[in-house]
Amino acid sequence: IICCPPPLQMQFMLLFSRQGKLRLQKWYVPLSDKEKKKITRELVQTVLARKPKMCSFLEWRDLKIVYKRYASLYFCCAIEDQDNELITLEIIHRYVELLDKYFGSVCELDIIFNFEKAYFILDEFLLGGEAQETSKKNVLKAIEQADLLQEVRLGGGDLHGI
Amino acid sequence: MPAVSKGDGMRGLAVFISDIRNCKSKEAEIKRINKELANIRSKFKGDKALDGYSKKKYVCKLLFIFLLGHDIDFGHMEAVNLLSSNKYTEKQIGYLFISVLVNSNSELIRLINNAIKNDLASRNPTFMCLALHCIANVGSREMAEAFASEIPRILVAGDTMDSVKQSAALCLLRLYKTSPDLVLMGEWTSRVVHLLNDQHMGVVTAAISLITCLSQKNPEEFKTCVSLAVSRLSRIVSSASTDLQDYTYYFVPAPWLSCKLLRLLQCYPPPEDGAVKGRLVECLETILNKAQEPPKSKKVQHSNAKNAILFEAIALIIHYDSEPNLLVRACNQLGQFLQHRETNLRYLALESMCTLASSEFSHEAVKTHIETVISALKTERDVSVRQRAADLLYAMCDRSNAKQIVAEMLSYLETADYSIREEMVLKVAILAEKYAVDYSWYVDTILNLIRIAGDYVSEEVWYRVIQIVINRDDVQGYAAKTVFEALQAPACHENMVKVGGYILGEFGNLIAGDPRSSPLIQFNLLHSKFHLCSVPTRALLLSTYIKFINLFPETKSTIQEVLRCDSQIRNSDVELQQRAVEYLKLSSIASTDVLATVLEEMPPFPERESSILAKLKKKKGPGAVSGSELEEGKRDGGELNGGAERVCPLFSSLYSLLSLPLFSSLYPLLSLLSLLSILSLSLGPLTLPSVSLDLSSHRLLLLLLLLLLSSAPNSCSFGAEECSPPLPESDELLNKFVCKNNGVLFENQLLQIGVKSEYRQNLGRMYLFYGNKTSVQFLNFSTAVTCPGELQSHILYSLNVQTKPAEPVVEGGAQVQQVLNIECLSDFSEAPLLNIKFRYGGALQNITLKLPITINKFFQPTEMSSQDFFQRWKQLSLPQQEAQKIFKAKNAMDAEVLKAKLLGLGTALLENVDPNPENFVCAGVIQTKAKQVGCLLRLEPNAQAQMYRLTLRSSKDTVSKRLCELLAEQF
Repeated sequence: IICCPPPLQMQFMLLFSRQGKLRLQKWYVPLSDKEKKKITRELVQTVLARKPKMCSFLEWRDLKIVYKRYASLYFCCAIEDQDNELITLEIIHRYVELLDKYFGSVCELDIIFNFEKAYFILDEFLLGGEAQETSKKNVLKAIEQADLLQEVRLGGGDLHGI
Repeated sequence: MPAVSKGDGMRGLAVFISDIRNCKSKEAEIKRINKELANIRSKFKGDKALDGYSKKKYVCKLLFIFLLGHDIDFGHMEAVNLLSSNKYTEKQIGYLFISVLVNSNSELIRLINNAIKNDLASRNPTFMCLALHCIANVGSREMAEAFASEIPRILVAGDTMDSVKQSAALCLLRLYKTSPDLVLMGEWTSRVVHLLNDQHMGVVTAAISLITCLSQKNPEEFKTCVSLAVSRLSRIVSSASTDLQDYTYYFVPAPWLSCKLLRLLQCYPPPEDGAVKGRLVECLETILNKAQEPPKSKKVQHSNAKNAILFEAIALIIHYDSEPNLLVRACNQLGQFLQHRETNLRYLALESMCTLASSEFSHEAVKTHIETVISALKTERDVSVRQRAADLLYAMCDRSNAKQIVAEMLSYLETADYSIREEMVLKVAILAEKYAVDYSWYVDTILNLIRIAGDYVSEEVWYRVIQIVINRDDVQGYAAKTVFEALQAPACHENMVKVGGYILGEFGNLIAGDPRSSPLIQFNLLHSKFHLCSVPTRALLLSTYIKFINLFPETKSTIQEVLRCDSQIRNSDVELQQRAVEYLKLSSIASTDVLATVLEEMPPFPERESSILAKLKKKKGPGAVSGSELEEGKRDGGELNGGAERVCPLFSSLYSLLSLPLFSSLYPLLSLLSLLSILSLSLGPLTLPSVSLDLSSHRLLLLLLLLLLSSAPNSCSFGAEECSPPLPESDELLNKFVCKNNGVLFENQLLQIGVKSEYRQNLGRMYLFYGNKTSVQFLNFSTAVTCPGELQSHILYSLNVQTKPAEPVVEGGAQVQQVLNIECLSDFSEAPLLNIKFRYGGALQNITLKLPITINKFFQPTEMSSQDFFQRWKQLSLPQQEAQKIFKAKNAMDAEVLKAKLLGLGTALLENVDPNPENFVCAGVIQTKAKQVGCLLRLEPNAQAQMYRLTLRSSKDTVSKRLCELLAEQF
């Protein structure tokens, strides 16, 4: 009898600063707000307590946490026990590359002030916790097209805001 | 990138975010937020209709506030309004808000679904994608109801844009996970599978996640994906690093897709088609080869991507567990990572090797890395890596390296992180027991464990060492000596006092000859710890003291003195007080003989699954204990506490109830003791079912015994009152049914009993037919099934008498039928008894037979190749795993008859396995609820001598022995 491995899925992705401020949260499994806050608090604490040379994976509850620090930001994904840690690490990296390319050398402030863009880019890259499009060119093309669409429709008239 | 793309100029939002960032305190932030919320609320409620831009801006602010961690209870309606805007950015913000703040308000869901429906129908790919993303993000049941039938159509339609297909695939996956009942692939199945062939790599990447999930649930319908996946994988693996253009990641072609393909293949057994399988093996070899090539880039991303594929390929190789070459190669490549400078790789190599250790093909290869793993345990700076090293040591442990590994784990325990100590303790305890060849080593190990990490030694661990010492008389003296020495330490752990108290109480006499450990010295040593101990331990020590009085009469007055003092007989704890009073009384009134009987040495414990292993399983969750471990458990379990037939003297059993670590008061005891002294019973040996019972059953048992004793003090055999002993021919009758299931079990002038039975797995059903051969009624006809001794815990049967119990009459010439449902809980040797009683012409007929239920009835035949057979045969080479008999043929040695009998036994008769064609070999697995026991059989007839040699090997000694006994009577 061959037993299938259970379907594996990324559970959530969190971006937080060295000071522990949450900058982006994406949940791929249904959880209550209370539970989300609890997880975030616990995990931020755990990851921030780790030393630089430690490995990027840790067992947490019955999940595995894959994290990496880029400058002042921690990118942190929760995957299932049997899932592939290294490919998840590269998912993080590819997302960083996408942000970097879009914002032009991204920094934490870009993500704070343009958080909605960070979400849009993430949705183009990962959907429901699965890689949707891994080509950097294609993801950026999709985002550019959307940006273009807004320019055409809005004719630039609304650009100045208040 | 043009500056405009960085934001669409919601300056108000940027100002607000800056304000929040400038807040000096949490209070200031909350104040600023409340001000903003009030402002937004008034705008939304205001008379002036808001334009789309303002609505978007305010909704976006609300979203920001929510993401800061504050509750938002309005604005949903405005967000929904944005969905139907024809301006892309407004729509986009609306969707984002909905995705993040799902509200189950049904009114809104209807509106949201309506907006989504419009966008899906818009044929504008950007809008369609937005709508699909929203469904994938929310993934609610309501959305599944609304769109589950629409999305497959979008996914496979010829004119759908690639980007929309990608979103549709993953959207459908999300809906399938939420509501599998609503996503019906049916007609779409084959077109979805063929997305694996799509020219667009992005489409394949997205679709494969969906296909993998669907395959897991419906492997049969999706199995055509295997060959497609293999050819796709093969094309990627063999492509040059630039072929796939933007899907190449740091010189690695399509790493995500490769991993997903390898993951999909793990849903299936190895491909049956030789060509497909060959191609796949080639792919796996290429992946292993590429991992060995010099890196094309120094970047860590290059090596990560390459190794991600390598680890996924190894996972597939382990999943197949059929390619010894690949398994060993995988192991060697992982071995190189064990000393890699990247901590991540060391961690993963240790983790992956754990699974390799459980494959029989790679177990030995893993073992060669023992020194590296031990050094990892000692030197890794990261506790998660050390944990992996400990896991791997546990997984690679076998008889050959157990001593070394256990020693290393023990020494690591001294400094181990608190977080992993308890688990380490369990692991050491399990390994020490599993691989104990010499029991003094086992005792030393466990006592060391208590010394080093006493706080983490759970009850299961110290119960177990006591069970084993009780069951093995060759280690008792050593154990007594060792605990005595361990107790000398000025500060020893309470668990050590418990073990010491128990063992000296049982076996202190074995070391009492040495003046350095004379009875009084032993007692004083134990008693010096008494006052530092908790109530349960003190209670246990009191039991030890009364045992001492029996073992060493010279300690009697000293101990009575101790029991008599106020701190004992007036102790505020009822349990302690009661024990002190009872023991004092018992020691003063009972004669030496009675005392010796009551306080006799503990009887051996019944064999059962190691409670420690059960605990580890529980701790790590199901599935945590690998298959091989269970296998090992099967192979080795019960080796220590071998399954000899046991008859417990009544009072030992009673005493065992007392001294078991169950400290609730046992009131009936007092009455029993008085009963004893009053009646001065003659103590005939009474057989007792020595099963593990919970406390309430213990009480029940005591009460029952009391009843029995008072009613029939001299002739009670528990559980079978008034039943006659089994007929002398009952064994012979039983033997007739070993290789067949139906027939006449018993016949005399009055009664015929027929049997029909069927078995499946560990379950069975037996029909008994009672025929009245006379022309006269049987009156008071009744039957009862009892299980002697330990059997109760091994076979569970439920009786289902189909004739009404109200009519205990069997008419002359009539037949009544009875159905028995049988469940085999674990292996057993003795057959259950069937007792039939009825009155025939005034005379009571009382017949007891053995029910033809033998362990082989639960065989599942196993076909295997000659190579497999001999490999397994060799694995079962421990002396106790084998049972052999050489005996004279009772019947003609006809090959066909032999074959029929062996088939009737329930095993698979393996052709062309034994080099000698005269011999027969069989294989089967005995299915019990507790575990499966693999058995191999070899029967060698010698026609000239009219003799047979029968050899049984199984992972369980009692099974080999029993099967051998049963079969020797068949030929």
